[in-house]
Amino acid sequence: MKLLTHNLLSSHVRGVGSRGFPLRLQATEVRINPVEFNPDFVARMIPKVEWAALLEAADTLHLVEVPKGPIEGYEHDEKFLRQMHHVLLEVDVLEGTLQCPESGRLFPISRGIPNMLLSDEETET
Amino acid sequence: MAAPSTVMDSNHHSNYKLTKTEKKFLRKQIKARHTLLRHEGVETVSYATQNLVVANGGLGNGVGRSQLLPVLEKCGLVDDLLMPPNKPYSFVRYRTAEEARKAYVTLNGKEIVGDLGQKIILYLNFVEKAQWKEMGLQALPPGLMVVEEIISSEDEKMLLESVNWAEDIDDQNVQKSLKHRRVKHFGYEFHYENNNIDKDKPLPGGLPGIWDSILEKWLKEGFIKHKPDQLTVNQYEPGHGIPAHIDTHSAFEDEIVSLSLGSEIVMDFKHPDGVTVPVLLPRRSLLVMTGESRYLWTHGITPRKFDTVQASKGHKGGIITSDVGDLTLSKRGIRTSFTFRKVRQTPCNCSYPLVCDSRTKQTSPSLPRSAGEASQLEREHVHRVYEEIAGHFSSTRHTPWPRVVDFLKALPSGSLVADVGCGNGKYLGINQDLYMIGCDRSQSLADICGERRFQALVGDALAVPLRSGSCDACLSVAVIHHLAAAERRVAALRELVRLLRPGGTALIYVWAMEQEYNKKKSKYLRENRVSQGKKQETDSDAAAVPESLGGQVPDMGDQDAPSCVPAIPDCPGEGGNASDVTDARLPVHTNRTSFHAQDLLVPWHHKGSPGKDKPVGAAGSQAPGAVFHRYYHVFREGELEAACRTLSGVRLLQSYYDQGNWCVVLQKV
Repeated sequence: MKLLTHNLLSSHVRGVGSRGFPLRLQATEVRINPVEFNPDFVARMIPKVEWAALLEAADTLHLVEVPKGPIEGYEHDEKFLRQMHHVLLEVDVLEGTLQCPESGRLFPISRGIPNMLLSDEETET
Repeated sequence: MAAPSTVMDSNHHSNYKLTKTEKKFLRKQIKARHTLLRHEGVETVSYATQNLVVANGGLGNGVGRSQLLPVLEKCGLVDDLLMPPNKPYSFVRYRTAEEARKAYVTLNGKEIVGDLGQKIILYLNFVEKAQWKEMGLQALPPGLMVVEEIISSEDEKMLLESVNWAEDIDDQNVQKSLKHRRVKHFGYEFHYENNNIDKDKPLPGGLPGIWDSILEKWLKEGFIKHKPDQLTVNQYEPGHGIPAHIDTHSAFEDEIVSLSLGSEIVMDFKHPDGVTVPVLLPRRSLLVMTGESRYLWTHGITPRKFDTVQASKGHKGGIITSDVGDLTLSKRGIRTSFTFRKVRQTPCNCSYPLVCDSRTKQTSPSLPRSAGEASQLEREHVHRVYEEIAGHFSSTRHTPWPRVVDFLKALPSGSLVADVGCGNGKYLGINQDLYMIGCDRSQSLADICGERRFQALVGDALAVPLRSGSCDACLSVAVIHHLAAAERRVAALRELVRLLRPGGTALIYVWAMEQEYNKKKSKYLRENRVSQGKKQETDSDAAAVPESLGGQVPDMGDQDAPSCVPAIPDCPGEGGNASDVTDARLPVHTNRTSFHAQDLLVPWHHKGSPGKDKPVGAAGSQAPGAVFHRYYHVFREGELEAACRTLSGVRLLQSYYDQGNWCVVLQKV
């Protein structure tokens, strides 16, 4: 699971509504997977990012050199884009958990795949 | 042989005074003896022999071999147990008369429990020998008839010449060379992969006209009661055969007749209890199977070059006894059989539900009546099935559907796309300029995506674990038809819309009820022709043909022996009559045929071979050969659009039909 994916994940436990985001990340195994750098692509991701969630996740993984937010003219700032490229696309959480900030429900991540399934009773109907 | 002069009955009398119960047993025993003699010609003797006739302990009384044999074996070594079909008695031969005598003493009046749980009281009497021959002669399977010399030699010649085996295989009347024989179909093609016919696809031309007058004559003379509408011609060279089978109940009516031309042959009929009755089908004879012989007994031809037949003249067609004094060998010639059947239009209502595929579907689930039931049905017949078949399923899903690819390629670079119900992730890598996240209910399938280095997660289409408004586009290919209630299908659409940002688009594909549209058959139907010899290639073919849409395509049928119809029809499915409303059981679809109901179960014939399809993780753990039923709701024309119109805040940008699927593109406003 890349951190960009994490940035989109939200819990759907009954009653949590939009407070199921962001999921608290705890990782026991993280791998850095080199991905070809595509500055245009990364630039297009920037406006989609929820920064608070990204910074919290990066923090739990003790990542360094994470930009604190979008900077002026980032589309042409290669350093910024490379840093974002690394954080969003190259950091891969293989094992760990995601926790719903509202209900406390834990979701496992195994082999890089978060399992977000809920029982019928847990879901909103 | 022990003292033949011992008179059993007087023995009893002289030794002790009989109790009331013993007297009753004795009376019944004597009565049984008389009945056997009077009605069956079985003569009992009053001295001990190795052989006993066991009254009430017969197949016709619902007593199976497995019930009776252990009881008999408690008294001694059983040399043979003969259980004539449909008779309320059987014969046992013990190794010694002493053992037979022990059985006579201990088992008379003994109560056993029959196959159906009923109580049966056995009465035994000595017989000189087990009445092989006489019994055999009477034991043609009930409902079976062999009419000899039904056709003249001149007609035989003409009919044989009427079959053009040489004509082009593209001919309308499908000709196949099966492993052990040549075969041709008229009226309807018989599909060996599911042992059924497609009721909606009669072959052009019907039955050859040459048969009109002959069938009329048979009808008039009462040999047949229905005019058949399906003809299968089989040609057997010496050494050829056909595996034991029961013609699929749901496919054909009661009466099945077969004309043997060119050469005689022995056909073996077998009762589920194990009794085998070899029946000689003389040249130019008509075999008529009705009732029990059609529904319950299997029939087949052993592949061999000689048949064992009766030596004595005057006994031609019909049963072959195992009287060793009267048997000889007959060399087989080329036999051509013309089997006439009438396609069944309503579910089978025979008296043999255990072997009836129309009835076995009764164990299938019902149409759900509540959200809870719908969820339960999806759990059992969608989620669990995909979890089980993931490996094999994934190995058949390689080729992306062209118009889905077009949709993905047309999206602006940098779009975030959720593929809800992504399966093995075949769309996740289509466009490198997108950020795609796959979501699937199946952990095994999501794991396969993970192995392929795609972003994937395990989640439900009704509660996609992504934040609202986060996606530029969504994909839902072959997913919503797996939801078992209209509200749930709408809820899944609503969920896609929730994920979209304003202006974002969703492409939705569902399987169509209409597999023929604008006079064009879908690939799903056209693939029907893939059968027999080509079987082995179909898996890889499925990958190469752009037919397969996400979830629905190939169920390759039983790949084993195309000609081998299982002795007990396993669940070849209901071709039609699916909309049988009286009970809401879900019909089982016959793969690669038209749909007859909107809510149905589609069989998946599992072929996980560990070497070949490389199951990932827990996937593909199922044994090959297993059949899984997946629930589908196939959409009628307009139904998907109508469901979309109930959503607020969306525009219907596009709707179209694509290879047996209804498709829409929605845009969030």
